[in-house]
Amino acid sequence: MGKTVLLIEDEPNIIEAVSFILSRDGWEVKTHSNGHDAMQAVRARVPDLIILDVMLPGKSGFDILAEIRNDAQFAETPVLMLTARGQTKDREMAERAGASHYMTKPFANAEVLAAVRALVAP
Amino acid sequence: MSILNVLILVCVLYVVFLFAVAFAADRAALRGQGSWLRSPYVYTLSLSIYCTAWTFYGAVGFAARSGLEFVTIYIGPTLVMVGWWWTLRKMVRVGRSQRITSIADLISSRYGKSNLLAVFVTVLAVIGATPYIALQLQSVTLSFAAFAETEVAAGTMPDMQSTAVWVAAGLAVFTILFGTRNLDANERHHGVVMAIAVEAVVKLFALLAVGVFVVWGLSGGVAETLARIDASEIARFEVTGSRWVGLTMLSGMAFLCLPRMFQVMVVENEDEDHLRTAAWAFPTYLMLMSLFVVPIAAVGLDLMPNGANPDLFVLTLPLMDGRDGLAILSFLGGFSSATSMVIVAAIALSTMVSNHMVMPIWLYVSGGAAMVSGDVRHVALLARRLSIAGIVFLGYLYFRLSGGGTALAAIGLISFVGVAQFLPPLMGGLFWRGATRSGALTGLGLGFFVWLYCLFLPSFGPSVVLPQAVFENGLWGIGWLRPRAMFGAEGMDPVMHALLWSILLNAGGFVLVSLLSFPKPIERLQGAQFVNVFEHSPTPGGWTGGMAQSEDLLVMSQRILGAREAQNLFEGVAKRQGLAGYLPEPSPDFLQELERVLSGSVGAATAHAMIGQIVGGAAVSVEDLMAVADEAAQIMEYSSQLEAKSQELARTARQLRQANEKLTQISVQKDGFLSQISHELRTPMTSIRAFSEILRDTDDLTLEEQSKYASIIHDESVRLTRLLDDLLDLSVLENGQVVLNTQTGRLSELLDRAVRAAGVQGEIRIERDRASEVVDLTTDLDRLAQVFINLIANARKYCDGRPPILTIRVGQSDGQLVIDFKDNGSGVPPEKQSVIFEKFSRIGETKAGGAGLGLAICREIMARLGGDVSYLPGQKGAAFRVSLPIETRMAAQ
Repeated sequence: MGKTVLLIEDEPNIIEAVSFILSRDGWEVKTHSNGHDAMQAVRARVPDLIILDVMLPGKSGFDILAEIRNDAQFAETPVLMLTARGQTKDREMAERAGASHYMTKPFANAEVLAAVRALVAP
Repeated sequence: MSILNVLILVCVLYVVFLFAVAFAADRAALRGQGSWLRSPYVYTLSLSIYCTAWTFYGAVGFAARSGLEFVTIYIGPTLVMVGWWWTLRKMVRVGRSQRITSIADLISSRYGKSNLLAVFVTVLAVIGATPYIALQLQSVTLSFAAFAETEVAAGTMPDMQSTAVWVAAGLAVFTILFGTRNLDANERHHGVVMAIAVEAVVKLFALLAVGVFVVWGLSGGVAETLARIDASEIARFEVTGSRWVGLTMLSGMAFLCLPRMFQVMVVENEDEDHLRTAAWAFPTYLMLMSLFVVPIAAVGLDLMPNGANPDLFVLTLPLMDGRDGLAILSFLGGFSSATSMVIVAAIALSTMVSNHMVMPIWLYVSGGAAMVSGDVRHVALLARRLSIAGIVFLGYLYFRLSGGGTALAAIGLISFVGVAQFLPPLMGGLFWRGATRSGALTGLGLGFFVWLYCLFLPSFGPSVVLPQAVFENGLWGIGWLRPRAMFGAEGMDPVMHALLWSILLNAGGFVLVSLLSFPKPIERLQGAQFVNVFEHSPTPGGWTGGMAQSEDLLVMSQRILGAREAQNLFEGVAKRQGLAGYLPEPSPDFLQELERVLSGSVGAATAHAMIGQIVGGAAVSVEDLMAVADEAAQIMEYSSQLEAKSQELARTARQLRQANEKLTQISVQKDGFLSQISHELRTPMTSIRAFSEILRDTDDLTLEEQSKYASIIHDESVRLTRLLDDLLDLSVLENGQVVLNTQTGRLSELLDRAVRAAGVQGEIRIERDRASEVVDLTTDLDRLAQVFINLIANARKYCDGRPPILTIRVGQSDGQLVIDFKDNGSGVPPEKQSVIFEKFSRIGETKAGGAGLGLAICREIMARLGGDVSYLPGQKGAAFRVSLPIETRMAAQ
C-alpha cells in the first residue's frame, strides 16, 4: 500500500497533472481545492505528505501551513509548498512558517517526484 | 660756572624732579594708594594750566601795553567758575556718564556720534592750539635768551632754535611717557595731573616772589610802587567798556572750550564735588597770579631801558638787579607754565586726533578684520603717541616759520576766538534738546571760516596768506567782505571784530538750522541724555570695591553662563590671583576676561554695559543701549529666520513624507501587480509544462489521454495568450497611448456584433429592446464593442440564474446615453463591488478562466471614450451601466 499524498490546489489542470504523476509512482493522491476547509481535509485523511498551493481561494497557503503546524498530530508531517509567485520573500515566509520544501511553478515533473520521495521516508 | 650753565642744570634737575613726581603719582594710583591724588586742591591746581606762559610773562607785557585790560583774562574764568558752576557741573556729569574723552568727543556724541563733527572740532582745535604751543616754545626760548644776553656779547647769541628743539622733544617725551600710560583715554593721568599741580605751585610761587622782590626790593615799598604806577602810562590807558566786556566774555568762553581745559576740568575730574572747592580756590589762584602784574609792569617800564621787551620784565628785572637765584626761579615759573600747557594740550589734542581721525581711517583702511583682532588697542596707543609727537612738532614748526616775532598776547587771543566757536554747539547741546547735528555743523562751519578769514589768516600780516588787495577791497572786491571790516563794521578792534561776527554767525546758523532740520533718533536720544543728564545718570561714585562687586558679578554671570560654568570661571581666576575661596579680585584683567566670556553669550555691547553697571557705577550710555538694542534686534531677526527655516523644513518634511507614502503605496501596488502577473502567467505555464512532460515521458498513454492532455495544453496556451493581450491592452490604455478610431455606427448593430463575439449562444438568454437601440453613435466603435463583449462574457461566466438571462436596456440619464447590462444571477457581493474594476480582482472561487483584467480594461476604455462604466447596486442580479456623453449619440433620422 502506497503512502498518501494530500494535494491542496485550486487549478484543475494542475491537480490532474500532479495526480497523474504521483499515482503512476505508486502514491495514493487525495485532493482538495479550496482554503476554507483545508484543515478538515487534512484531519479527515491524515496524509503522509501534504502538497500545498500558496494562492488558494478562501485562505492563504501560509495560513493553512500555520494551522497544520499548530496541530500536534501534524507537527512532523512533511509539507511541500508550491507557489506561482516566484519571489524570494515567499520562500522565506514558507520556510519560517515550517514548510519542509518549497517549489516554484512551473516545475519539472521529475522534481516534484524527487521532492515527494525525499520528504517521505520509506 | 656761568649762570647759563647753572640755568641749564637747574632746568634739567627740575625736569627730572617732574618726571619723578609723575612717576610716583602713577605708581601710587596704580597701587590704589594716594588719596592725596584725588584732592580737590590738586584738581584746582591742575586747572591752572589756564595760566600759560602767556599769562606768566605776557600779562605783564599786556599791562605794560594796554593797562588794566589784562585783568579780563582772569575775570572771564572767575565769572565762569563762580557764576556758571552749574554748567561746569553738567559738563563734568555728562563727561562721566558718557565716558567722554575730549571736547570733540562730547560734541560729536551729543549730535548722534557724528564723526564729521568730531573731525571738524579736532581740526579747529589743532589749528587753534598750534600757535599757542608755538607761543610756549617761544617763551621758553626768549626767556633763555634773556639769560644769555646778560652773559655773552650781542651777536654771539646761542642758537635759539636748538633750545626750542630740545624743549619740544623733551615735552613730547614727557607727554608720551605719562600721557599714554593707559590705553583708555578716559582714564585719569594721575602722574601728569600731579606734575601739573606741582608746576602750578612753582609758577605761582615764582611770580609772587618776583612781585615781592619788585615791590619791596626794587621799588622800595607799596607806596613807592603805587606812585610809580600812577606815573606810568598804565594809569593813563583808557578802559573801553565794550572791549572789556568782549575780552571778559572771550576768556570765559575759551576757559570752557579750550581742549586742554576740558581735559583737566572734565576728563581728569575725579569727583564732581571738586568743582565746589575749585569754585573759590581757582579764582583765588588767578587773583594771586594777577596781584603783582601791574606793579611789575610799572616798575619795569620805569627802570628798564626803552625798547626792552615788557613780556620779559618778570625775568629781566631780577636779572638786571643781579638776583640770579630769583631770576632762575622766575625762569622755572615760566618754564612750568609753558610745559604744563603743552603737555595737557598735547594729551587732549592727541586723543582727539587719534580717536576721530587716525583710528577711523586706520579701521577703514584695514577693514573689518581689525575690529576683531586684538591689536586695536596697540594701534590706538601708537596713534596717540604719534599724534602727540605730531602736535608738538606742529607747534615747533609754527614757531620756526613765524619767526617768533609777534607779541605773545596777540596769539593767545587769536587762539581764544578760535576755540570760542565750540561754545554754541557745546551750550546748545547741554541745554537745548532741539539742537541738531546739522545746526552744529552749520554754526561751527560759519564760525570757523569767519575766524580763519577775519583773524587767523590776517594775523600772518598782509600779503603773507591773504593778498593786500583783499584787506583793502574785500574778497573778490566786495567791500563788505573785508577781513577787518565785515559787513561794514569799520574801525573795530580786529579781535573783537572777529569775535563778534564769528560768534554771531555761528550761533545764528546753529539755532536757525537746528530749528529747520530734523534730528535723527540717535540725536534725539543723545540730546535727552545730555540735557537731562541729572535725571538719567546716578551720581557717579567711586569704586565700591572688593568682594561685594565680585559677588554681584558672579550672580550676574551665573544667570548668563549657568551656575557651574560661572563658578568654574570665577574660581579659576581666584586661584590664579592666589586667593582662597571662589571670589577673585575684580582686577582689570579679570573684568576684561569676564566681559569677553559674557559677550560670547549676550553680545559685546550688552556685556560691557552689564559689567560697567556693576563695577564702574558708570551709567549705561545711550550708545550702549543702542548697541544692546541692535544686538537684541539681530538675535530676534536671527531667531525669526530660524523659525521660518524650521517651518519650511517641517513643511518640506511633511511633503517628503507624503511623497514617500505615495511612493510606498505605488511600490506596494506595483509589487502586488507584478506578483499577480507572475501568478497569472505561471499557472497556465505550469499546466502546459506538466502535461507536455507527461506526453513526452509516458509511453503507455491511451489515445484518449493523449488527446485530452494535448487539448489542455492548447487551452492553457490560449489562456496565456489572452492574458498577455489583455495586459498589453491595459498597459496601452493606462499609458494613454491609445489612438481612437472614431466611426459612426448604430448601437443595435454594435450590440449584435458583441453578442456574436462573446459566443454565448445557448449558454445565456439575452433580452433586448431593439426599438431603443436605434441610436447612431460617433465614437471608437471597436473599443465600445470590446466593453460590451466583456460585460456579456462576464454575465455568461458568472451568472448563476436558472436559467441565466441577460437583459440589455438603452436609455437616457442625466443627459447621457446609458446602456444597462443586467443579469438574473446573485450579483456581486457588496464588499466586492468597490474593487471589481481593479486589476486582477475576481469574484468568487469559481474558476472562470479570466485573469481579472476585463473590467479594468472596460473602465480604461470608457474613460478614453469620455464615458464611464459602473456597477449598479441593488438590482438583484449583476448590473453594469455603460454611459456615454450625449454628443456621441446621433438620433436616427
